[in-house]
Amino acid sequence: MRDDGHTPPLLDEDGRPVLVRLRGLTKHFDVSPPLLSRVLEGKRRRILKAVDGIDLDIPRGRTTALVGESGCGKSTVARMLVTLYTPTDGDLIFEGTEIGRLRDRHALAPVRRRMQMIFQDPFASLNPRWRVGRIIAEPIRAHGLMDDGAAIRRRVAELLEHVGLRATDADRFPHEFSGGQRQRLSIARALASSPHFLVCDEPTSALDVSVQAQILNLLRDLQRELGLTYLVITHDLAVVRFVADTIGVMYLGRLCELAPADALFAAPRHPYTRLLIETVPDLRVPDRDRRPMAGEVPSPLAPPPGCAFHTRCPLATERCMSERPAMIRDAHGTVACHAVEEGRLPDWTPAQRTAP
Amino acid sequence: MTEPLLSVRDLRVQFPTRRGVLTAVDGVSFDIHPGEILGVVGESGAGKSQTGAAIIGLLEPPGRIAGGRIILEGQRIDGLTQEQLRKVRGRKIGAVFQDPLTSLNPLYTVGRQLTETIRTHLDMSERAARARALELLQEVGIPGAADRLDAYPHQFSGGMRQRVVIALALCANPRLIIADEPTTALDVSIQAQITSLLKRLCREHDTAVMLITHDMGVIAETADRVAVLYGGRLAEVGPVDDVVNRPLHPYTEGLMACIPTTHDRPPRLAQIEGSMPSLTAMPDGCAFHPRCPHAHDRCVAERPPLFDHAPSSAACWLWSSEGTRTLERTRA
Repeated sequence: MRDDGHTPPLLDEDGRPVLVRLRGLTKHFDVSPPLLSRVLEGKRRRILKAVDGIDLDIPRGRTTALVGESGCGKSTVARMLVTLYTPTDGDLIFEGTEIGRLRDRHALAPVRRRMQMIFQDPFASLNPRWRVGRIIAEPIRAHGLMDDGAAIRRRVAELLEHVGLRATDADRFPHEFSGGQRQRLSIARALASSPHFLVCDEPTSALDVSVQAQILNLLRDLQRELGLTYLVITHDLAVVRFVADTIGVMYLGRLCELAPADALFAAPRHPYTRLLIETVPDLRVPDRDRRPMAGEVPSPLAPPPGCAFHTRCPLATERCMSERPAMIRDAHGTVACHAVEEGRLPDWTPAQRTAP
Repeated sequence: MTEPLLSVRDLRVQFPTRRGVLTAVDGVSFDIHPGEILGVVGESGAGKSQTGAAIIGLLEPPGRIAGGRIILEGQRIDGLTQEQLRKVRGRKIGAVFQDPLTSLNPLYTVGRQLTETIRTHLDMSERAARARALELLQEVGIPGAADRLDAYPHQFSGGMRQRVVIALALCANPRLIIADEPTTALDVSIQAQITSLLKRLCREHDTAVMLITHDMGVIAETADRVAVLYGGRLAEVGPVDDVVNRPLHPYTEGLMACIPTTHDRPPRLAQIEGSMPSLTAMPDGCAFHPRCPHAHDRCVAERPPLFDHAPSSAACWLWSSEGTRTLERTRA
């Protein structure tokens, strides 16, 4: 059922079957002033490089997470994956098929059935005028998966129970549900077309912590039962620690480190990853004398040359200011940092402060 | 112990609506001492922002203070007229809100907003006020402050804007700052900068801060004491280390257990079933009893008062003089 039979399975460097492969994936947005201003006032074209060449393999049946601060391009990657945005350049291969350059609705439909997205705000992503039963049946109808009304109702009831709601909830409206229950509804809708791949963009950021735990546990249970593959986009490192098998850290449109979750938290290597792990306050191990890292994320419209992080990096040298580091893979993971390559990265001690 | 700077006693905030009166804050009491950071935590709808708004007199109509007392430096400030309140606000209490863009006027330069605020509260010449504005911008860590004085809010980044808002709150050297989710709209690497700025100001000026947030990590690193709100009521209040590591109230216990951490990866997160009741459907007795694993008959029938168990206190029958937890503790 998982394999369509006619495409040889892609394998990643560890020999695991790959569901989604990104190669040099790039998305540029043209944010230039209008033509008239450019001609009359001599304003220049401006290109926002939201995603600037990303290589990533998402293995089947596992959770890959992308983390980073706002403007790092993580949500743009998510939108390209579910074919809401068309990549400017690069390859996007889903279940053996190149989908990045597909334009035709009819060609995209079978792909879209097999991937679904869960959005951050369950208040904005459910139609307030529709009853829950109709909302959840929407993907079934849109993809023509069933046409018998009774069968659809049975499927909706089954989906509702699967996400921890009652079959009778199908007759209610979204406003009758709390935030956590609405996120359960979004998940039920996403599962309606029996997808293989779920893209979750900040799935719990709008929820209270006691409800967040329920949703994270539910996502984990569903993955185990249905063999789903997840891409989770979040800025919350504690959430990532709980859900992810593999973590990619993004900064200004590029991946700076990609590693198995345990390795990344045990020994982060990219100075930006270290900064993130160091600055996130943790309930269990609070650091009351924290000296925060100075500086802010530069504008993605004018990213620094060389390594984009060099303006805030304590290890930056002249090479970092001029030459963009390549992603280099070794036994611990993949990292794009000249300091790692040159072997001048200081050892990581969890209590260390990266800031001077 | 020194005299508290702010005393809130039995505060009730109500919203009359077409479908009846909603009680958003229901009998909340706490003290804030000079130079202390009190964290106020709770889920959305727990009443934490309404408590803050009641103290600075910025409740959105039709919300109103329906009962209780708010005492700042020995003077009652609930029930003051808007005119009298304006003098307290800014002069004695500063406010920092979640979204720095909405707290700043986009049409005025940062310098003008600062000097105007300073001159509203302090008797100062334009020149002296401008000098103080510059000092404030330097104090909150804005690089090149002298050049940025004449810049507009949109020319600042999110983190820098929040620093400007903090500078505005500091204009008249207030004794108390109410900071409502001051870091929520900011990126993680900037959040730490803002919380450490608040901590430093608190230390250097002996200013007290009421830090309202849903982020327990921020509280654990910043606050001295914590008040946990649930359903508009105070569930527990105590020193931060006790509330986080030795919580009394079953709600606090559940809350602390369900927060994921970067330090380990459990197979499952602990979870509190259900969600907080809405204000229109507050259960009888203890507001937490429908979700509480320890609920018994009394919890359903009777609302628990705050029981003192130094150093914390909790509103839970388990901690009454004949409560099971109290007995366990005295035996141990």
